[in-house]
Amino acid sequence: MSQSPQMDFSYFPGCSLATTAAESNQSMIQSARILGLNLIELEDWNCCGSSSASTLCKNLALAMAARNLSLAPAGRPLVAMCPRCLHYLRGAQHCLRDDGETRRNLEEQFGRPINLDVEIIHFMEILVRCGLDRLGEKARRSLKGLKFVPYYGCTLFRPPRLARQKYFQGEMENILTALGAEPVTTALSHRCCGSFLSATDPEVVTPLVNEIIDSAVASRANCLVTACAMCQLNLEIRGTTKTRLPIFHFSEILALALGAEDYETWFVRHLVDPRPVLQNLALVA
Amino acid sequence: MDTGRQDRSLADAVMARSGTNFKACYQCRACAAGCPFVKAMDYPPNAVLRLLQYGMTQEALTCKTIWVCVGCHTCSSQCPMNIDLAAVMDTLRLMAVEEGVAIASPHILDFHEEVLRSLERYGRAHKLGIMLRHKMSTKSWFKDLDVGLKMLAKRKLDLWPSKVKDIKEIAGLFQCYWREAS
Repeated sequence: MSQSPQMDFSYFPGCSLATTAAESNQSMIQSARILGLNLIELEDWNCCGSSSASTLCKNLALAMAARNLSLAPAGRPLVAMCPRCLHYLRGAQHCLRDDGETRRNLEEQFGRPINLDVEIIHFMEILVRCGLDRLGEKARRSLKGLKFVPYYGCTLFRPPRLARQKYFQGEMENILTALGAEPVTTALSHRCCGSFLSATDPEVVTPLVNEIIDSAVASRANCLVTACAMCQLNLEIRGTTKTRLPIFHFSEILALALGAEDYETWFVRHLVDPRPVLQNLALVA
Repeated sequence: MDTGRQDRSLADAVMARSGTNFKACYQCRACAAGCPFVKAMDYPPNAVLRLLQYGMTQEALTCKTIWVCVGCHTCSSQCPMNIDLAAVMDTLRLMAVEEGVAIASPHILDFHEEVLRSLERYGRAHKLGIMLRHKMSTKSWFKDLDVGLKMLAKRKLDLWPSKVKDIKEIAGLFQCYWREAS
């Protein structure tokens, strides 16, 4: 970041962080507060379109993402934590830049302009811009002893449509290593979690999730850390392995290192209790 | 099978809509080897491209593979010819719905439709409502009940939806969906 870093951001929570993954939302907001970032929730945001709208009607998917873009004020970046939301919002911006007619039609429908210059970034990008030194200065707990599998999820890792945009591979390791944790890179950190098949065909997803968790156990990791709320949920609810490992939202581990004290309210929402691992490392009481 | 008489116009339409040229596929099967879901599919991803190359339109549009694919892009990132197979699957799903062919995995289509109903009503996804309606329409009340109860106990399934205030504006967005669906 430049010398006078811009600290105001529009924030798009998305459906998962607003509901099932509220613990990710809370811990991210805590982290932002400690780092002095001002996240301003996008007024009256709607679902990004998700894979369902994209599967059934491309125009609907585009219009849903576009409505959010029309609500984003100019002059500050739009931040998302959910990789899928980020992907659909960016995809819509990209598409509307090339398609002036659709843009004008949507603007007419909304009765307001769609600002296509708003920068759309992942929360991790803010941290990268802040710099690891600044993160280190703000740290209040050392993550020493935490051996984590960085699990990015497919959307943050490899969508070909966004191949020319920012890649996040390695950033989770950089950030958490700077805070004292130790990455474990020999596990299945790029295997898909099953996405919506977890809802429609759980018997297909369970063996796959078990393979991911088993590989993490075999690599002597004591947890997985994911940047995607859907991955976190699928890995937790579909795992049936004998040894269960806690699955953290990236924001939870970050907030913990930065000294957040309300972690109890996040951890009670986990299906695999993460507290024993953290207590062993004397990270929490 | 008389491949010489098959209709190749679908292959051209899929290439145009997906922005993906799959003529270069030489059936190395890297996509099938990497796909985490291949066991749940009726054709491996490379075979779907083969069906299209042979002009076997109906087989490609009515196969399970296109519905099982979640778009994780493992295949697309492993393909030595840089073919975006996930984009092809995406296009085939849309065309299957548009053409009104028999859907190989109706429960997956039903799930996506339930999500859209929730989005139309609230502007946001209400997971409990989506799952209850999905279970009702697929008559699978007891399948997976334990996980649902655990999620409820952990308060991960909100009873009431999170809603958009300007729900009229959301309804307006759905006009194109209903127009295209009819």
